[in-house]
Amino acid sequence: MSLTTDEVKKIAHLARLGIDEQDVESYARDLSGMLDLMARMSELNTEGVDPMAHPMDQVQRLRADVVTEQDNREKFQAIAPQVEAGLYLVPKVIE
Amino acid sequence: MHNKTMTQLAHGLRSGEFSSVELTQAFLDRIKQHQELNAYITVNEDLALQEACAADIRLANGNPELLTGIPIAQKDIFCTEGVKTTCGSRMLDNFIAPYNATVVEKFNQAGAVMLGKLNMDEFAMGSSNETSHYGAVKNPWDTNTVPGGSSGGSAAAVAARLAIGATGTDTGGSIRQPAALCGITGLKPTYGRVSRYGMIAYASSLDQGGPMTRGAEDAAIMLQTMAGFDEKDSTSVDLPVPDYRAGLNNSLAGLKIGLPKEFFGEGLNSDVAVTLETAVNEYRKLGAEIREISMPNLNLAIPAYYVVAPAECSANLSRFDGVRYGYRCENPVDLTDLYTRSRGEGFGKEVKRRILMGTYALSAGYYDAYYIKAQKIRRLISEDFKNALAQVDVIMGPVTPTTAFGIGEKIGNPIEMYLSDIYTIAINLAGVPAMSIPAGFAQGKPVGLQIIGNYFAEDRLLNIAHQYQQVADWHLHIPKGFE
Amino acid sequence: MEWETVIGLEIHTQLATKSKIFSGASTAYGAAPNTQACAVDLGLPGVLPVLNEEAVHKAVIFGMAIEAEISHYSVFARKNYFYPDLPKGYQISQMELPIVGPGHLDIEVDGVSKRIGITRAHLEEDAGKSLHEDFHGLTGVDLNRAGTPLLEIVSEPHMRSAKEAVAYMRKLHELVRYLDICDGNMQEGSFRCDANVSVRPKGQKEFGTRAEIKNINSFKFVEKAINHEIERQIELIETGGKVVQETRLYDSVKDETRSMRSKEEANDYRYFPDPDLLPVFISEDYKQQVKAQLPELPQAKKYRFNEQYALDDENANILTSSRQLADYFETVLKESGCEAKLCANWITGELSAALNKARLEIMESPVSHERLAGLLARISDNTISGKIAKQVFEEMWRSPATADEIIAERGLKQITDTGAIEAIIDKIIADNPGQVEQYRSGKDKVFGFFVGQVMKEMQGKANPGEVNKMLQAKLKQ
Repeated sequence: MSLTTDEVKKIAHLARLGIDEQDVESYARDLSGMLDLMARMSELNTEGVDPMAHPMDQVQRLRADVVTEQDNREKFQAIAPQVEAGLYLVPKVIE
Repeated sequence: MHNKTMTQLAHGLRSGEFSSVELTQAFLDRIKQHQELNAYITVNEDLALQEACAADIRLANGNPELLTGIPIAQKDIFCTEGVKTTCGSRMLDNFIAPYNATVVEKFNQAGAVMLGKLNMDEFAMGSSNETSHYGAVKNPWDTNTVPGGSSGGSAAAVAARLAIGATGTDTGGSIRQPAALCGITGLKPTYGRVSRYGMIAYASSLDQGGPMTRGAEDAAIMLQTMAGFDEKDSTSVDLPVPDYRAGLNNSLAGLKIGLPKEFFGEGLNSDVAVTLETAVNEYRKLGAEIREISMPNLNLAIPAYYVVAPAECSANLSRFDGVRYGYRCENPVDLTDLYTRSRGEGFGKEVKRRILMGTYALSAGYYDAYYIKAQKIRRLISEDFKNALAQVDVIMGPVTPTTAFGIGEKIGNPIEMYLSDIYTIAINLAGVPAMSIPAGFAQGKPVGLQIIGNYFAEDRLLNIAHQYQQVADWHLHIPKGFE
Repeated sequence: MEWETVIGLEIHTQLATKSKIFSGASTAYGAAPNTQACAVDLGLPGVLPVLNEEAVHKAVIFGMAIEAEISHYSVFARKNYFYPDLPKGYQISQMELPIVGPGHLDIEVDGVSKRIGITRAHLEEDAGKSLHEDFHGLTGVDLNRAGTPLLEIVSEPHMRSAKEAVAYMRKLHELVRYLDICDGNMQEGSFRCDANVSVRPKGQKEFGTRAEIKNINSFKFVEKAINHEIERQIELIETGGKVVQETRLYDSVKDETRSMRSKEEANDYRYFPDPDLLPVFISEDYKQQVKAQLPELPQAKKYRFNEQYALDDENANILTSSRQLADYFETVLKESGCEAKLCANWITGELSAALNKARLEIMESPVSHERLAGLLARISDNTISGKIAKQVFEEMWRSPATADEIIAERGLKQITDTGAIEAIIDKIIADNPGQVEQYRSGKDKVFGFFVGQVMKEMQGKANPGEVNKMLQAKLKQ
């Protein structure tokens, strides 16, 4: 199976991933190669097999409803690209 | 000092033979001398010496632990408060972690000294350490070859005696493969044994941290500190941690070893095969029974892995968006531009490839054909391990099809690179523990033997590795120039 | 052509937990921006979620209350999309296996009862908030709300009018507050509604194309927004257009819905099980335990009030509109030993009016149940009249004194001494011969004048019944 450059661009947009125009071709080639590799999975009949999402055969542990975290805004925002008045700033969001 | 084991060093620190400050300084000097290996991304001399100083006080004033004062290094995937944590990526080149990973916290509690942060493939995606934003790490056994990856900096540092021990993480072989290529001991614990909190996620259902050391005894000491239940990690297992050193000297008489025929077929370099045969023979001499077994679904581990891991990574890496931390592009014109350029400029090619692959595999119309299919195969592979480990105590096999390959040799061909993980990947899909131990040399380069055990049988694996290291001394070999 | 409207609602209720669904940060409303966003809420590299047991507990309470199936195993999934108020680039939600399966809720519109199906209710984390006021042309992001537990309650498309939709929403609002799982504060966004609206020619089986109206945060706006959307769709179809499946935003100022351009592109959320979390297991025992502890639900309580206290529908409805109000009523009833009707009238009348005027909830009432009971007891035993009681109540609203203290202090005790009343009646009759004449010539209305005069003279302290009786007798002489 092979991916077209248009498909690569579509996926890249879905993943909000900038890709240089000159690299699109090579991504299409690499991803197509990966898909060929994956195509081997269809050799095996997996009907009736229960999908395994996780290696752990356990159930979720629950946390007591207790507030344990304090305000650490200063520390966290010291590493932020752009903040003002305690807010993270991003280009204007249009709704 | 740098060739001693942790136990010997602990003894030296207590007898006053040397202080932790002296020991730490000696390693810092070696790190400086061998910068050409590019094993470290960050070396924090001041912090290391402060920690050493504190360790010396603790050693003098009572209740030191075994690791108190012992210099180790952290793979740069573990968050270290106040210290740059890059994950090998431009995306986090400016990221000073505001908190400690649980593993780091545990080493701090034990009083270990952190020499610095080790180079790695970007976001742990790679098998050669060439995808690092900070450049390739060189294999101390042959500096023209790769150390393996993704924990390539960890393996090279331990092999070159630039740290006594190091942490690594293993998602598809990232501890075992570099350990094999650099001739050291590496252990990937059972999924859930070591907390993942603060370990930057690549593929959450596969990632597991573990020790990388020269010998099995040191690995046992490090795992003792790393392992254990963590309430901050929902996938951490609440089981008691056994004393990993207690059973190191147990006899191997009657041990049942299975060799999957699928591991010894086409694709395995013949020199590597011969080396492994010799090693397995050594186990026979130690009283083990060897038998051939079959694990029919192993050949589908790579395709299944390259669906599951990229799928999980595509979501795990969405948080790197240039808003709250990390790289942000210059002058974004709008929100989409902020996202696409920050991520486009912050991530390298291999990371992008995997994000794209995972995004595709999860997207509408493909989910069942790829993701669900891969999970079904994961189940079958996991059954293969359960069946095999019902017949034998451990499974042995190669870690890599060849010894270390040349820098630049495979980086242009990602598929070929992926295929080199053929013997390690299935273990992560099943979640069982596995080790790589030095088993000799082929064409002058180290060969690793893989030992795979049942869930939570780390103590048994360490015992099996240690017993071998009592009769074989491959783990004591020192690469030339690093004596 | 005659059109039929089809409406389904998705209601997001913030569960009233102390800490967030996956972290130990506080959920308290109104803190300074980002002071309640911890490492996990910010999606720092390496952090992991751990599920809050109270969020699960509250979801199960809700499920049991709507007689739903509770999944023994439910699974958290990642819903992937990029938005500044979504720190991880995915929302942890539930997709294939929600914690609460099919259930139902009965509503009543114009006296007709109707059962609305609830498809599912699932747990998820709330997002932060984008603040669009101007930061040099940039948007500010506050992540305090990120990670607040939400129960998203999805109805079947069973509603056929905006009125039904509002009735359902009100009923659900009443229920979650009853169950004490959500504070129901709509201004603070604790209870938010998205409506899926479509129209189809009457009689047609297939659904029309639906539009989703986002974030309508008051009962009034839900009705307006839906009605507006229905009109828009019908007009569109009748003029040859086609409804497109899209998300629309209701603008309460302009009273219109408009397309949300930013979400225009087709979303592909790429749901998959969150590998950081394991399946949530709910045992049969746990379910039974929750069921046993379930409070009496509004419907049942209303019927009981009808039966047990012989209250009319109106009073029963008001009194059971909140659990606190119903409890207040029953406590007053017990403490005062009065008739249910008297208690009900006072609580739905005088007290409710005063509370509304002061914008207070029943829990905040300055007149406690003990004090109100004390007042009602004095009406019941004829110590004071209903009219005087209103004065006493006003005083109680302002001061902490009991009814007895106020009655004693201000000498409001009803005069039951017939001699005293008689003397005053005689005096009034003597002073007003003209009116007496009028009354006796058949002008019954004048009777009120006499009552008023007597009461005035006695400063309202006479028992009105007694005054009536005696006046009538005297005037007839």
